[in-house]
Amino acid sequence: MKIGYYPGCSMHATAKDYGESLSGVTQALGVELQEVPDWACCGASSAHVTNHLLGVALPARTLATAEEHGMDRIMTPCAACYGRLCSAAVETGQDPELKREVEEVIGHPLQGSVQVLNIVELLQELLPQVEPLLVRRLEGLKLACYYGCLLLRPHKVTGFDDPEQPESMEALVRAVGAQPVAWNKRVECCGAGFSLARTGSVIRLGRGILDDAAAAGADAVVVACPMCHSNLDMRQAAMNRKQRGLPELPVLYATQVVGLAMGLDPSSLGLQRHFVSAQALVERILALPGATPAEGVA
Amino acid sequence: MSHTEDHGPALTRQVRERSGLDPAACYQCGKCTAGCPMAGEMPTGPQQIMRKVQLGREGLLEDASIWLCLTCETCSTRCPMDCEPARIIDALRELSLEQRPGSGPRNIRAFHQAFLEQIRSHGRLFEFGLVMGFKLRSGALLDDVTAAPSMLSRGKLAFKPRRIENLAEVRRIFDACESRHKGE
Repeated sequence: MKIGYYPGCSMHATAKDYGESLSGVTQALGVELQEVPDWACCGASSAHVTNHLLGVALPARTLATAEEHGMDRIMTPCAACYGRLCSAAVETGQDPELKREVEEVIGHPLQGSVQVLNIVELLQELLPQVEPLLVRRLEGLKLACYYGCLLLRPHKVTGFDDPEQPESMEALVRAVGAQPVAWNKRVECCGAGFSLARTGSVIRLGRGILDDAAAAGADAVVVACPMCHSNLDMRQAAMNRKQRGLPELPVLYATQVVGLAMGLDPSSLGLQRHFVSAQALVERILALPGATPAEGVA
Repeated sequence: MSHTEDHGPALTRQVRERSGLDPAACYQCGKCTAGCPMAGEMPTGPQQIMRKVQLGREGLLEDASIWLCLTCETCSTRCPMDCEPARIIDALRELSLEQRPGSGPRNIRAFHQAFLEQIRSHGRLFEFGLVMGFKLRSGALLDDVTAAPSMLSRGKLAFKPRRIENLAEVRRIFDACESRHKGE
């Protein structure tokens, strides 16, 4: 299977681990990610804040390029990119005047034929192929599935899952044998783009999210966005969990969770790159009963 | 009664034109503020912002609150009248940049400038360049310097930007969007 791919700007640097785990899992499943040629940044989180037209035009250029290369679907692993791409598709689809203006600005026609998927949607779709490749079930592993904002909201733009009571990430971790915990802050905001500009807010919000996940008994938090990951992982040291006598909470990408259950080598999934060490958790997972990884997978 | 005609205070009209939304539909239920992750840090919470837009209070354009919105879209998702406060706040920020340049918290302004400058220069966000550009603009030179070595050892810091091939096209998009703005 082939699918269009829009990595977004984080995948080669701060979210290298996400990129590695995504390519590990998709390769093992025989899915070819076709990168949108010469893609540009979607403009999140600054373009739409300062110039609405720019906030639509930048992602619209990506949609137009994907169309020109015959891609009918593109998947993006970043929730912010996903939100911006969906938003550009929906806004130009609903407003012919805006669509004309955007086409003029980007210098490309827009058919509106490209469907935008997030990583959870893709993994859900691939579950029938994942299941025969599972070498272990992640029994006893308690995971707090964290959706954050832009994977879900605004719902009339994404159309994904339920904006208040989503279920898709829980279904995914259940499918690999782990146990999703019930908690309150699944759809709260992590502070997204304020990591540099207003770090204090990001730490306050992240602390609330991690405290709630830990209170629900989670061993780790699962995310599907590079910004959520850096806010909850890289900024976790500043949340004073240790000083408050609380355990650190590893933050895993959904692709890493699936990859571990498929028996992929933890270092090929970028698990050593986290700020909050996932080593103890990985060792616990590797000690779970399971088949030997299939030849060539690790 | 329709509220979409050309009436009301100037600010109300401008917000309506920019956003295509009708702030008058807001009946002040307060769900937006109740769910807003930043409301506690905002001098003027989303519900009050909506009221001030209805009343055409121009001071909003200089209020730091509009820059504290994270666009998490919780308010827009929960609004029973589909007023989309997050979209209305985007329109207020646009208007603020045009009519009250230099207002708003320095760090947040510096971040947006540095971010957009990265896209204009490379077509993509180059994170290291963003951090440096932000530091120079905000004056927060020493914040986070301790993070750099640990990012480096994790392979999470790229020092070279990956420039896209058709950068000229991206620059044309920037120019066209910016001139259309001013021309309005």
